[in-house]
Amino acid sequence: MRQHRHAFAAAARRLSWPNALVIGIALALPAGGYALVESLRPVGASLSLEPRISLFLSPQARRADADALGARLRADRRIASVRFIPREEALKEMGAVQGLSEAIRAIGRNPLPDGFVVTTKEDLAGELAKLPGVAHVQADAVWARRLAAAAALARLGLSVLAALLGAALVAVTFNTIRLQILTQRDEIEVSKLIGATDAFIRRPFYYLGLLQGLAGGAVAVLLVAAAVALLNREVGVLAESYGSDFRFVFLPVAEAVAVVAFAGLLGCMGAQLSVGRHLREIEPK
Amino acid sequence: MINFSAVAKRYPGGQEALKDVSFALATGELAFLTGRSGAGKSTLLKLIPAIERPSAGSVLVNGQNVGALKRAALPYLRRNIGLVFQDQKLLYDRSVYDNVMLPLAFSAHPPKEAARRARAALDKVNLLAREKANPIQLSGGEQQRLAIARAVVNRPALLVADEPTANLDADSAARILEIFVAFNQVGVTVLIASHDQALIARYGKRVLKLQEGRIA
Repeated sequence: MRQHRHAFAAAARRLSWPNALVIGIALALPAGGYALVESLRPVGASLSLEPRISLFLSPQARRADADALGARLRADRRIASVRFIPREEALKEMGAVQGLSEAIRAIGRNPLPDGFVVTTKEDLAGELAKLPGVAHVQADAVWARRLAAAAALARLGLSVLAALLGAALVAVTFNTIRLQILTQRDEIEVSKLIGATDAFIRRPFYYLGLLQGLAGGAVAVLLVAAAVALLNREVGVLAESYGSDFRFVFLPVAEAVAVVAFAGLLGCMGAQLSVGRHLREIEPK
Repeated sequence: MINFSAVAKRYPGGQEALKDVSFALATGELAFLTGRSGAGKSTLLKLIPAIERPSAGSVLVNGQNVGALKRAALPYLRRNIGLVFQDQKLLYDRSVYDNVMLPLAFSAHPPKEAARRARAALDKVNLLAREKANPIQLSGGEQQRLAIARAVVNRPALLVADEPTANLDADSAARILEIFVAFNQVGVTVLIASHDQALIARYGKRVLKLQEGRIA
């Protein structure tokens, strides 16, 4: 136990803050990205990415029926917007599509019905289908799918980034420890000569890797917190102009601890790899 | 304590440092190892703490065949052997006192006991007054004495020294050898390699002559 304290103290003396800064900046990127995604999640939910529902009347319906339906839709507070597309406009839009204009001319008359496109936050497709005059309902799930896909992509991107930077962390630690071993070459050689076990010699280096990682993780969390605080000062002004009280959220405590622990773990790993590779080369001659 | 039996050491280049070395050193004995430069004295001494392994024959230290020891067992062998080599390997990034404390870091001594032992060792070699100095500030003789202090601080049963008086003036050399004799008098087995014939002659101790890779 005393030997562990001794090794820990030796490692703490040799901690390099510039290294911790490098690791911290590297890890701040995925950590910050995560905080960003978390901040934007509630916004995404309330943005005007509302699913669109298309309502079609039957081709035989009269214009008066369409007007009545339109009034009903507009009165419904759950519906954000209502857009009436008379059959003539629908025909024109179709005609613009290549190849269809000949087909339409061949038919001779307008086969298309009147329609409405409504946007709403709620899933009203089933209910709207039952309204009088509605022959067909088409819920546009595209927007919902897009949002989910975007979020999944963002999370995947962050994972890739975190993996890459985690590897960078291991590499940085590997190198740091290698240099430290070289610096202490004489001491290691003498220690082996006078009877220090491999475990005794390795221990301070493992602790150094661990401390380096933890320090880097702490720096990352602090950087993200500082960035969030800084950005929030300006984003408040912008958000208010949109009538919103949006603020960037800080990394939740559990995630912050996870970042620091993850960094410490990677630091330890880098140290183990480095020690395993380089310590053997130093033997008394 | 030490038993060499038909030991040979061949280096990868084909060079044969030792051909057929056999001798025994009893516990509590002090002996000198002589031979001209390049005769293989250093190689012979390095076989004892298993820094080198013999190509043939066996090296027994306290009954243990050190040539066959596993890597993990080497530290425990070496803790019982005090080594003073030509390249002293003193650490210049710390004080004299911290240099002597190094071996005590991995033996299980409580800090006060360790401090006591370190100071006792420094006292025995007359360096207590310089304990705060940096080794680089010491003279050649003082550095040698520091190396000895570090080698004996853990009270090993065996002391092995390779040319401990090389590059020293006659006075310092004599003082160094006195220290070895003093340790021998309290029961430590001592083997010293030296080519200073005049100095050796004074002590009337056993002399092992290394010639042509053999003990004559």
